Amino acid sequence: MSLLARLVGTAIVLFARFITAVRGIWLGVEPTAKQRIYFANHASHGDFILIWTVLPFRLRRTARPVAGADYWLKSTLKRFIGRNVFNAVLIDRDRETRTGDPIETMAEALDGGASLILFPEGTRNETAEPLLPFKAGLYHLAKARPAVEMVPVWIENLNRVMPKGELVPIPLICTVTFGGPLRVAVEESKADFIARAESALLSLSPDTEGSRK
Amino acid sequence: MTGFHSDLMMLLGGIGTILVIASAIGYVLQRRLSPDGSNSVIENLNARIQAWWVMVIFMGIAFLGGRTGVMLLFAFCSFAALREFATLTNTRRADHWALASAFFVVLPIQYGLIWIDWYGLYSIFIPVYAFLLMPIVAALRGDTENYLDRVAETQWALMICVFCASHVPALLSLDIPGYEGRNVLLIAFLIVVVQSSDVLQYVWGKLYGRRKIAPELSPSKTLEGFVGGILSAMLVGAALWWITPFSFFQAALLSLVIALMGFFGGLVMSAIKRDRGIKDWGHLIAGHGGFIDRLDSVVFSAPIFFHLVRYWWVP
Repeated sequence: MSLLARLVGTAIVLFARFITAVRGIWLGVEPTAKQRIYFANHASHGDFILIWTVLPFRLRRTARPVAGADYWLKSTLKRFIGRNVFNAVLIDRDRETRTGDPIETMAEALDGGASLILFPEGTRNETAEPLLPFKAGLYHLAKARPAVEMVPVWIENLNRVMPKGELVPIPLICTVTFGGPLRVAVEESKADFIARAESALLSLSPDTEGSRK
Repeated sequence: MTGFHSDLMMLLGGIGTILVIASAIGYVLQRRLSPDGSNSVIENLNARIQAWWVMVIFMGIAFLGGRTGVMLLFAFCSFAALREFATLTNTRRADHWALASAFFVVLPIQYGLIWIDWYGLYSIFIPVYAFLLMPIVAALRGDTENYLDRVAETQWALMICVFCASHVPALLSLDIPGYEGRNVLLIAFLIVVVQSSDVLQYVWGKLYGRRKIAPELSPSKTLEGFVGGILSAMLVGAALWWITPFSFFQAALLSLVIALMGFFGGLVMSAIKRDRGIKDWGHLIAGHGGFIDRLDSVVFSAPIFFHLVRYWWVP
């Protein structure tokens, strides 16, 4: 990582802390340098940054977000931040025109030793529902690399900090909660695994009935 | 004035000594009662003492930095407190600009006005201009659901976290004859009395507390803690008369007012926490909770102390 990219990364983390005073809550796993796939709810452009901020420095260096190439290759600045600062695994979201298989791209990144941060809803949730239905990619990735544990991560409040279409973030306190790890069972169907992953993530939300609060 | 620095150092040295003693007591208690970290009261006590070290060091640096240091410290405290308060409000998308302007326009202007010493404006800027302007900004977005609640919450947040808190650094601008250049000590006096009242209420309550004084609001507050804490804080304040422009008895009376306002400030902020179903305002200060948990008594006593001193001591 270049010095400039490092400085920009540090500046982004400091800014995220200034605005959100974000706190990581490690409920189901410890912050150890184990290879993982973190999957989180997606309501704001800053979601990845918040997870990145609460990861200890060692983990942060190996954690790569999975993001849409269409968004992150749009301008020079985005390209620099996406590739050099975040070291994102860029995938082509357009089924019609894409040449590579996104699952293969992600699996290759895992084989390279990285942990992944991905948002299985596929797009930002702008509805009143807490979670959009997951895309099948999470299941296919779990099948492709069954040894890697999948950790649900609930991001709370960031959608209030910067709702869609607003330019100025409001400082509000955010939390990032890490749940217990999941692995796909040998006989488990796609629908069952996706349902299990969705409910594991949802159970970390403070608004869910009977959850941690 | 030459006496200022030696007085400040003496005060900081005294506080440091008390913290050394507190840390020693905490260490002995932990060795005896909680060697494996199982006694939550002792563990919390030690977390609190450790956080006090950090807070006192920050305060000390700010005081030594003089006017600039104190202004920056309290502007940041206001920001952190407002961030905690805004997190708990029912604000909606339509309040985005109102809230953004509270953080990035109203707060800097309030502290800027105090910096340039414009009493006529900083004492009304939030209650008049901000309170009228922010509902306008929110109304322009056209969302009327819970409108009154949302506006009231935002205004109350600004009142507590910015307006009241900013009266601590405003003490620097009071021109008291014969006290020139020593105003930082007035802030030290206020903070020491308020915080020692909080600590002593906690200590008296833990040692002798029997009768709950406000079970609905704050189950840990007892009558014994209240009486013991307020009276001993009064003694602490009176014993500090030499750093103030007050006589011994004036210092005692002002300390009584400060400690009482601080106590009720704590109750009011507890009522808000109960209403919202939370225990602490935040998690940034280990053992204490958030910034508002530590500042609640200061913000209620600061404006009253400011105006009492201004009325009787500033010609």
